[in-house]
Amino acid sequence: MSLGLQAVETSLPLLLRGALVTIEVTAMALVLGAVAGLLGGLARVSPVMPLRRLAAAYVSVIRGTPFIVQLFFVYYAFPQLGIRVAPMVAAVGCLAVYSGAYQTEIVRGAIESIERGQMEAARSLGLTAAQAMRYVVLPQAFLRMLPPLGNEFVALTKNSALVSLVTVQELLLSAQLVISATFQNFAIYLTIGIMYYIMTTVVSTGTQLLERRLKVYV
Amino acid sequence: MTLPGNDTPIIEVRGLKKAFGDHEVLRGVDLSIARGEVVAIIGPSGSGKSTLLRCMNLLEQPTAGEIRFEGQRINDPSVDVNRVRMRMGMVFQLFNLFPHLTVLHNVTLAQEKVLGMDRAEAEERARALLAKVGLAWKENAYPNSLSGGQKQRVAIARALAMKPAVMLFDEPTSALDPEMVQEVLTTMDELANEGMTMAVVTHEMGFARRAANRIVFVDEGLIVEEASPEVFFSRPSNERVRQFLAKIPR
Repeated sequence: MSLGLQAVETSLPLLLRGALVTIEVTAMALVLGAVAGLLGGLARVSPVMPLRRLAAAYVSVIRGTPFIVQLFFVYYAFPQLGIRVAPMVAAVGCLAVYSGAYQTEIVRGAIESIERGQMEAARSLGLTAAQAMRYVVLPQAFLRMLPPLGNEFVALTKNSALVSLVTVQELLLSAQLVISATFQNFAIYLTIGIMYYIMTTVVSTGTQLLERRLKVYV
Repeated sequence: MTLPGNDTPIIEVRGLKKAFGDHEVLRGVDLSIARGEVVAIIGPSGSGKSTLLRCMNLLEQPTAGEIRFEGQRINDPSVDVNRVRMRMGMVFQLFNLFPHLTVLHNVTLAQEKVLGMDRAEAEERARALLAKVGLAWKENAYPNSLSGGQKQRVAIARALAMKPAVMLFDEPTSALDPEMVQEVLTTMDELANEGMTMAVVTHEMGFARRAANRIVFVDEGLIVEEASPEVFFSRPSNERVRQFLAKIPR
């Protein structure tokens, strides 16, 4: 019985190209999502009430609806309003917004976990609230964010497979194209499973290393 | 507008009230601290003495009354509170050192960010102050590797780096192991001898007796006795003070 090693070998360049797209989509969404998470988290702890409300609504709506519905809404429903969104843009944008909501809560939680005395000590020295946040609270909060952010980045990497549904030819869609030509389900899904596992391991190991490097003062 | 002269109190508190929700912690406090004076603020737990101190640099916003710093009313929306705070040093019970920064950087941060000094200049002043509190050799250590007494001395150096006109101490030795209390009190004694204006919330009666010019006793949100250390400890006029002094070891 052939499990399709031959098919893996011949389709490997195509699969690797798909993996590269997965990495691109994930990396862009990760950076944009982190920006959204930082801004969202700061808004969540801001003294300005409308900002707090806005950020809370963002988190609530995005976390309260399935990612796939958000993605289809942007890709299929926006054109009805005359807004056509390219697959790659929809993919990266939706992943970033989705991950940003979770990162918002991570950032907020980490900021709130820093003892109040830190802010008070900084303010008592004459630092403005923004300076105290920038130089005293955020650097400490960042270290506490890293473990949950690592989880979130892994989740984001895996969620990127869903953008195959809007025709972005990343790893999963590449695999499905190969399978439709070769019918080698076992070998191809096993192969991309291993590829995903390698990617998520790199991501989680990377955040762990960063955490260890930054932890010098604890 | 009054111009601050030498006879203008550095801090003047009038009719200060502070409530947290329904709970009235300060119920009308008047207190004036002159240049060079060391005022010890003592009283039972929950009496409002820490809140009084924290109102002086507006870490707590007064509910009513006024706080004047060098003649200027500071609990007013038009006042830049950061400019006021940079001239008032504060030392906390739990030190509140910045754990992610080295000892040296703890002392340079506000000099650079608030006073706009360049790093070399800030480090020079920081090293001099760390030497003064006996911790020059710890400049590259992180706070978590220091003992409580060392942390508090760094915190004092950090506050002094801003060249404050007054130092506020909020129970600076209450979180320390007994054998570390003395090193912090010695540092504070030195400061007092140099003529620093100080307001010290403390349970250290020995320090209050030898370093303070005046003792203020707070009970249930009011100042109930104000006297020189001699009078306060030997013949307090207030019954509540007598009860308090009878209960503490001397």
